[in-house]
Amino acid sequence: MSTLEIKDLHVSIETEQGSKEILKGVSLTINSGEIHAIMGPNGSGKSTLAATIAGHPRYEVTSGSITLDGEDVLEMEVDERAQAGLFLAMQYPVEVPGVTMTNFLRTAKTALDGEAPKIRTWTKEVKDAMEKLRIDADFANRNVNEGFSGGEKKRVEILQLELFKPKFAVLDETDSGLDIDALRVVSEGVNRAHQENNMGTLLITHYTRILNYIKPDYVHVFVDGKVAEQGGPELADELEANGYDRFLAQVSA
Amino acid sequence: MTEIQKAEEALKNTEDPGTIAEILEANPELKDLGTGYEYGWSDPDTAGATAKRGLDEAVVEDISSKKSEPEWMLKLRKKGLKYFERKPLPTWGADLSEIDFDNIKYFVRSTEKQAQTWEDLPEDIRNTYEKLGIPEAERERLVAGVAAQYESEVVYHQIREDLEAQGVIFMDTDTALKEHPEFFEEYFGSVIPVGDNKFAALNTAVWSGGSFVYVPKGVHVEIPLQAYFRINTENMGQFERTLIIADEDSYVHYIEGCTAPIYNTDSLHSAVVEIVVKKNARVRYTTIQNWSNNVYNLVTKRAVVDAGGTMEWIDGNIGSKVTMKYPAVYLTGEHAKGETLSVAFAGEGQHQDTGSKMVHMAPNTSSSIVSKSVARSGGRASYRGLVQVNPEAKNSANSVVCDALLVDTISKTDTYPYIDIREDDVTLGHEATVSKVSEDQLFYLMARGLAEDEAMAMIVRGFIEPIARELPMEYALELNRLIELQMEGSVG
Repeated sequence: MSTLEIKDLHVSIETEQGSKEILKGVSLTINSGEIHAIMGPNGSGKSTLAATIAGHPRYEVTSGSITLDGEDVLEMEVDERAQAGLFLAMQYPVEVPGVTMTNFLRTAKTALDGEAPKIRTWTKEVKDAMEKLRIDADFANRNVNEGFSGGEKKRVEILQLELFKPKFAVLDETDSGLDIDALRVVSEGVNRAHQENNMGTLLITHYTRILNYIKPDYVHVFVDGKVAEQGGPELADELEANGYDRFLAQVSA
Repeated sequence: MTEIQKAEEALKNTEDPGTIAEILEANPELKDLGTGYEYGWSDPDTAGATAKRGLDEAVVEDISSKKSEPEWMLKLRKKGLKYFERKPLPTWGADLSEIDFDNIKYFVRSTEKQAQTWEDLPEDIRNTYEKLGIPEAERERLVAGVAAQYESEVVYHQIREDLEAQGVIFMDTDTALKEHPEFFEEYFGSVIPVGDNKFAALNTAVWSGGSFVYVPKGVHVEIPLQAYFRINTENMGQFERTLIIADEDSYVHYIEGCTAPIYNTDSLHSAVVEIVVKKNARVRYTTIQNWSNNVYNLVTKRAVVDAGGTMEWIDGNIGSKVTMKYPAVYLTGEHAKGETLSVAFAGEGQHQDTGSKMVHMAPNTSSSIVSKSVARSGGRASYRGLVQVNPEAKNSANSVVCDALLVDTISKTDTYPYIDIREDDVTLGHEATVSKVSEDQLFYLMARGLAEDEAMAMIVRGFIEPIARELPMEYALELNRLIELQMEGSVG
């Protein structure tokens, strides 16, 4: 079993007005097999947390720690974090012109595992995973994310999640921009990775509707760069009924 | 073993390490350390060491008499020399002020006789070509013919028997002048006149080597003909002259590659390539230029295309210190087509000033230019192109797409598109983009496990993919490998 532990994390970004603190002391512990939902209004720092775990250079950790089974994640380069088993499904996946999905998936798998996957089993694995996510076969020959719709990009993120088999996945608003059918297909993908690989998941979302498909063990309400409240799945139901007003009032008070 | 380990190893093995110069002398392979250039070795060099430097009429006469040329060629050479002396250096394009013409060796004969088998070549030269993989490509039948030029002359040459039987001629230009003078009287200097520009004039004065290709009517040469150009001696001037004639309804693909050792002082490569594409014929000319970073590469390439014919230039410029090269197509017959795919890679200390020239001289002609350039580590990549549509070239169409990719903030890219249209009934399109490798792109790929330089190389490979896919497989792989070498250590 693995553990991803975030302790008292403070993160700033550089703006034109100088350094601005976005995360103001976040602590979270996620174990293998657990699903944690992070919910909160726009601008509360959810995506900053996701990007910081993956190591985006724009975010500066001013204090606190992130460890994976005791290893200092903050000391690792972006690629080393991925190789250690952390995966970020991005909110805005980037286009890479001239690089086919097939080439990209195989190159990434090789980099992550330290050896090239066996061609025959790998080709079949990719094909099966694409079918399950209802990604058209011709996507294999298309360039990474180039000209993909918002929903297609998200499916391709989950495709990678299934193929790369990380220990922990951070899903950054994977549900936004998905219609009902796509939401279900994508959620099934996450659930498969969760069940088959005992993956730990940090699910970041605005909305509760994805929680109808992916059942969280814990719900954390994120407000103004901090966890304002933690609870079980029932906390999501309360948010569905009452919104974030109760928490926002606390902040402005 | 990494290069650094090799260096440490070499230091350990020397009892008294001594000065850096001594170490380098004892271990010449270390000179190339960290430069990423794999072709920088040099062979022992008796011919080059004794070669005369500088240029005057005596040098021109000497070259011509060594080759026992007809009188008209000597006259043309002398005319070329006059034009070369008279014409100023171009004031546009790259900085050429540091070329020391008096220090250049204009003719170096490295073997007495052209070889028909690789075994007949002197061992050093043979080993060089083995290292470059040329005999292997021939053995594996990836090419239909091979010409290997070393210094001034073609030292090895071979063509497949079946092509010869069909009347295809592929030989070095010196021999072709002797054996097929009729082609030379008609076409030599007809596409690129002796006084076309300073460097074409220089080439005409001192040309040596290069390829002559004739493809008879209706013959399709399905596998490429390959030429490989190698400079060995320091301060070499290589001036090959290539003439390709594709008769009606024929097809040929000619590929050239080039490398040179790394020296501290400069060499000069100034070729002239003339191509005649007759009715409904098609010629594809592919260049993978990978000179070392002490070579000035100033080349004039031009094709004339008759009705219904097609000329395709695929021009990859990776090496050299300075390249100025703008392959041109003169569309002289109706429905003639011209196409240039150009990729330039400018690293530290390099200026690639490349592009293309399309001249529409007949109705219903079409042309396209796609140029991709990558600049890194302070290199400079310039696109320079001319699209000219003459009066009466009605219903002509041209499109130009030039995309530049900057890998860092210290490198430079610029675009000089010239358009000269003398006819109303034309369709033109021009697109130019400059992009930078974005932080988000790097982050995305690194978050999928790729190291920073692997991520960078993947982005660059993707950027030039539209051109790489036009290359034969083994050249596309070679291009990718060269890019990876160039990208190594490109990121902090």
